[in-house]
Amino acid sequence: METFTSSPEIARSDSRLADNIVYFARTLRKAGLRVGPASVRDAIEAVLAGGIGSRDDFYWTLHSVLVNRHEDHATFDEAFRLYWRSRELIEKMLAMFSPVAMARERSKPKAAEARVAEALFKGSSRNQPGEPPPEIDVDARFTFSGKEVLRTKDFAQMSADELNQARRAMDELTLPVDAVETRRFRSDPKGARIDPRAMMRASLRTGGDLILPKFRSRREVHPPLVVLADISGSMSQYTRIFLHFMHAMMAKRRRVHCFVFGTRLSNITRSLRYRDPDDAIAHCTDAVQDWSGGTRIGETLREFNRHWSRRVLGQGAVVLLITDGLEREDTVGLEVEMERLSKSCRRLIWLNPLLRFEGFEPRARGVKVMLPYVDDFRAVHNMDALDDLCRALSRPHNRNDDPKRWLHQY
Amino acid sequence: MAELPQSIEDTLALLEAGGYVADRALATVLFLSLRMKRPLFLEGEAGVGKTEIAKVLAATLDRPLIRLQCYEGLDVSSAVYEWNYAAQMIEIRLDEASGKVDKKAIERNVFSEKFLIRRPVLQALSGKPGKAPIFLIDELDRTDEAFEAFLLEVLSDYQVTIPELGTIRAAEPPVVIITTNRTREIHDALKRRCLYHWVDYPSAERELEIVRRKVPAANERLSDEIVRYVQKLRDLDLFKLPGVAETIDWAGALTEMDKLALDPETVSDTIGVLLKYQDDIARISGGEGRRILDEIKAELNAA
Repeated sequence: METFTSSPEIARSDSRLADNIVYFARTLRKAGLRVGPASVRDAIEAVLAGGIGSRDDFYWTLHSVLVNRHEDHATFDEAFRLYWRSRELIEKMLAMFSPVAMARERSKPKAAEARVAEALFKGSSRNQPGEPPPEIDVDARFTFSGKEVLRTKDFAQMSADELNQARRAMDELTLPVDAVETRRFRSDPKGARIDPRAMMRASLRTGGDLILPKFRSRREVHPPLVVLADISGSMSQYTRIFLHFMHAMMAKRRRVHCFVFGTRLSNITRSLRYRDPDDAIAHCTDAVQDWSGGTRIGETLREFNRHWSRRVLGQGAVVLLITDGLEREDTVGLEVEMERLSKSCRRLIWLNPLLRFEGFEPRARGVKVMLPYVDDFRAVHNMDALDDLCRALSRPHNRNDDPKRWLHQY
Repeated sequence: MAELPQSIEDTLALLEAGGYVADRALATVLFLSLRMKRPLFLEGEAGVGKTEIAKVLAATLDRPLIRLQCYEGLDVSSAVYEWNYAAQMIEIRLDEASGKVDKKAIERNVFSEKFLIRRPVLQALSGKPGKAPIFLIDELDRTDEAFEAFLLEVLSDYQVTIPELGTIRAAEPPVVIITTNRTREIHDALKRRCLYHWVDYPSAERELEIVRRKVPAANERLSDEIVRYVQKLRDLDLFKLPGVAETIDWAGALTEMDKLALDPETVSDTIGVLLKYQDDIARISGGEGRRILDEIKAELNAA
């Protein structure tokens, strides 16, 4: 890539501005944006490239380089307002964020310690004991209504034994209907299609004396997987298991999106990207506030359909819904949302751990309403470990999995 | 005008000359992208004018527009290049008939540029200095990660490697504009190479200006009502909000019907131009559409 100025020159010619941008980028990074050194360099370059006429131009110049997700816009906006308003605020911002960074650098993240969100927003001032915490007039905390029961939760860490067992279970896992043909090809002597390019190349090896047919066939890939898991009170004893399941899924294949819901919907895909399972789950517990609370399946599905379905259900995704179907609210909304969900994905698989009771009946209204829209209804009679869950999903489809059977029976 | 703009004002003027009413934020990003020779990554809802930017740019800068419409399964042979196999086979037969035996020479001849079919990416890299094309990669989210990864090479070095022929490098990098509708997250590695901009719905004044330009035949009062109506719709919790493209279509439709102002019947007859989901239409055809209409009438009468 061609560059028209090199960074050392920039640093010399206008070091104050460059420094400020570096600090600003650091602030953004601490606020959760992913700003690497390369983008800082780009930002400085961009500022020098454009004749910055006004505050607005400056704003959009930095924005174009430092923000690359729409979700980050609000954070950037707030940080920009605070940072570039007056100089004292820089110290405030840094004081607000720095204890977190210190903690992170000092120790390799230990699962229980990695409560980034909490530490970030509590503005703890571990480093300056005498000073009161700086007062800042913005509050980036999530806002929530008083009606919900918001809880944090600690999950027991995984033992080595458990980890091995889980790994084995995941290796054996095969999801129902889990291969789709793509429009890409691989060479395959038994393939049904001619591969002209391979033919030409092979024939030239002999100087073009013989042009022999070569074949290829369509490549198959896993479709995207979207996991929607219920974390309400009635499901709490399984929460740990399916969090581990989601984490293992994320590690195992690409194109997996994970959501949890209780009274609200949270996308935990990014939290689960941490390699270590304990670490990842610690991040999830920080990011989600409605552990073991109530359930609003209809409402949260509506939120999913409106805000996420078009973003994650493209390319024929399979949806795995893990819930007991005990809806506390009206079931009319639930029915509409289930219908929309079922129509916008390739296949909707419902995994219901309530079936541990041998005499499960879909009497709960929520269950009755949801069943007709499900393609595959998987029972888990007891779910004590990850391999129970994997087994339930891997088992070949039998008549017990047909949702209609459950409806007709009762 | 074929010169690249030299300032943000120039960029605004350039877009204006092409009939594109842009806000300053967009002009800033576009200017930087032209200046720093970085791809411009535009994200936003459908119908807010992302693709239009590339078209306007091509027209005003007087450069060819090369469009790569992405779809699932887009591969190298339809995006970058393909060999003309039939012609190659004939060439081999001809070489044989003329008694050539040098394998190397035959191979060089068969895999030479004259049998290469250039697809959009390769075309975009073969611009002449000062006349580099505008390369529009439309709806990148529709293709898969494999193609996205391939684009990384193209966008960072502006070069393509063809195994049989070697590396083809652009004499002058094209102006790259990438659009996505967010039906899938694009990988950060690709976004990092670009300048990012979220194209939002326009403000009321800007939208009115757009309608005036795109549908000059529309009555002034009608345009005003249309824009106010659409802006109010965007405040509602609809499944798919109407974009600018829909506003323009609606203004065009109503003008064709010789309407001078909105009335409830016309709105309910033509609402399909604006809203594309049955749930949304049902909701607006009910009380809510009427309420909005009354509100904007009151506003306009007060003004």
